Amino acid sequence: MSEIVVTHVPHKRSIPFGQEAVGALSIIALGAIGYFLYPDDLAFLTRLIGIAFLVLSLDLVTGYCGVATLGHAAQFGVGAYAAGIACVRGITDPVALLAVGVFAGTIMGLISGALITRFRGLPQLVLSIAVGQLVAALANKLSWLTGGSDGLSGITPGKVFGIFNFDMYSRTAFLFSLGVLVIVFVLLQRFVRSPFGLMCRGIKDDDLRARMIGVSIYPRLVVMYGVAGAVAGIGGALTAISTGVVGLDSVSFERSAEVLVMLVLGGAGHLWGALAGTVIFMIFEHIVAAANPFHWMTLVGLLLILIVVFAPRGLIEPVLSLASRFKRKGEAA
Amino acid sequence: MRTIFSIMTDAVAYGMVLFIISIGLSIMMGLMRVVNLAHGAFAMIGGYLASYAIRDLHVHYSVAILMAVIGTIIVSIPFEILLYRRIYRKSDPLIQVLMTIGITFFIIGIVNFIFGPSLKSIPLPQTLSGPLDIGFRMLPTHRIFVIACGVVTALALWLLIEKTEFGIKLRASVDHSGMADALGIRTEIIYAVTFALAIGLGAFGGVVGAEILPIEPFYALRYMVTFLVVVSVGGAGSILGALSASLLLGLADTTGKYLAPEFGDFFFYLSVIVIVFLFPHGLFGRSHA
Repeated sequence: MSEIVVTHVPHKRSIPFGQEAVGALSIIALGAIGYFLYPDDLAFLTRLIGIAFLVLSLDLVTGYCGVATLGHAAQFGVGAYAAGIACVRGITDPVALLAVGVFAGTIMGLISGALITRFRGLPQLVLSIAVGQLVAALANKLSWLTGGSDGLSGITPGKVFGIFNFDMYSRTAFLFSLGVLVIVFVLLQRFVRSPFGLMCRGIKDDDLRARMIGVSIYPRLVVMYGVAGAVAGIGGALTAISTGVVGLDSVSFERSAEVLVMLVLGGAGHLWGALAGTVIFMIFEHIVAAANPFHWMTLVGLLLILIVVFAPRGLIEPVLSLASRFKRKGEAA
Repeated sequence: MRTIFSIMTDAVAYGMVLFIISIGLSIMMGLMRVVNLAHGAFAMIGGYLASYAIRDLHVHYSVAILMAVIGTIIVSIPFEILLYRRIYRKSDPLIQVLMTIGITFFIIGIVNFIFGPSLKSIPLPQTLSGPLDIGFRMLPTHRIFVIACGVVTALALWLLIEKTEFGIKLRASVDHSGMADALGIRTEIIYAVTFALAIGLGAFGGVVGAEILPIEPFYALRYMVTFLVVVSVGGAGSILGALSASLLLGLADTTGKYLAPEFGDFFFYLSVIVIVFLFPHGLFGRSHA
């Protein structure tokens, strides 16, 4: 995976903010398809968007920085619990709740980043798992605050911007989540092409060389973890707002492993890969897991093995190479 | 006094089970540098096979252990040839994590499809099920048996690695696999034998420790973290490290469960974070640059 070539060298840009506009419009178009074709499944689609934030967040640390982590649900869960607790204690404005989620996620991201990115290899993996499990244990034991194994319920957020009420068909929740996703996605597209984002990519490709040209690696990775925590916190807060409950599953080990599968399925190191992986995985899970959870586990395992063996860069890679070939042909003509 | 004594017995027995299962993982990580998250899954296969052998084929406990170990090794051979060989020593940890998690999920799904999703008991024979009088106190015979198994495993491994020709080759491959290869040691055979040994130890531990870590559908996921932590705290590839880490963690966990059941997990993971952060290569490990 280390031979990823950065293709977007600053070439002449024809339309300013072209990529961002394409990204935003594509997500809106996909959202519109979901909204009009599957009006009965909006609750599921809203949940999907919430998870998409977590996968994007994982992409920032795993795809762009090469950190192997199995405890990423901690950031998501902390954001969700923070928003849920704030809502139960009286802050009902959805936008304010999002801010609470972002804040909590960032703090959690910085803490876990400081612990996890210090080492590489086995210690890193074990630390990431231990941090995730520590948060899960806390969420379970502090039941006066989090509801423990019963989950935190009774989250009833107010109207969005004081106008749109959350309805039982999740229309408002879906549109609200989609809007936040578009904004965050556009910001992230800018962020990963910023000098900071490119340097993180350099660290991932060859950390020794990065150190040789005078980059201090550790602080950068911690900051990146903070950003990832913020993104995951948004996802957690959105999920808490739209479903009205926060359970222990939002911090569980299984959640961390699942999002890693989604990311790799789509393609780590691409924001589109993260989104594509989430959509494909969640829709398959929605259909298959309902039938038999053990068949689902067998399938996921098989899928993961096949991806690692045959397509280690994820399903997005053939699409991207096709696109670049198409582009080159267009330039040659 | 009575409490302390029963805590100690349980802690040592639990630690020994952890040791028997984790030492295979530790050797694999020391030699092949594979973060094998599927190790618990192979221990689970061993447990299921032993349960099937005793309850449906009505064989004796010792025969069942043998069948479980050999059966698990046979099951693991295709995984070694097709998958594990690709990730020995070279890949980045992410690829290893993904592949071995995939294998874990796959095994959980298949095993539960074949044997059914329920808790599997491994009935003990008469000689192991009762209490044993050791002069001044009665102890459960099974605990003594587990502790004896752990001690024998540790001694046998020490002999194998320090005193035999295979051990010399193995240590040479650990230290510098390329040079060992150049000197005529068939490292791929060493890898394959070590893999079989590691899986066999895992299956053995899974069967013997079934009273303490019950065999259930999500065994592989539930204890994956624990085994990994033992290896990480002890240091990859070190018998002494794995033994002391197992006993330490067994003691911490058991004491926590007896004295403060509310916060057992919390203190367990907190101590793991502190230890790994202070000793990233484990208490007895060496750094593999």
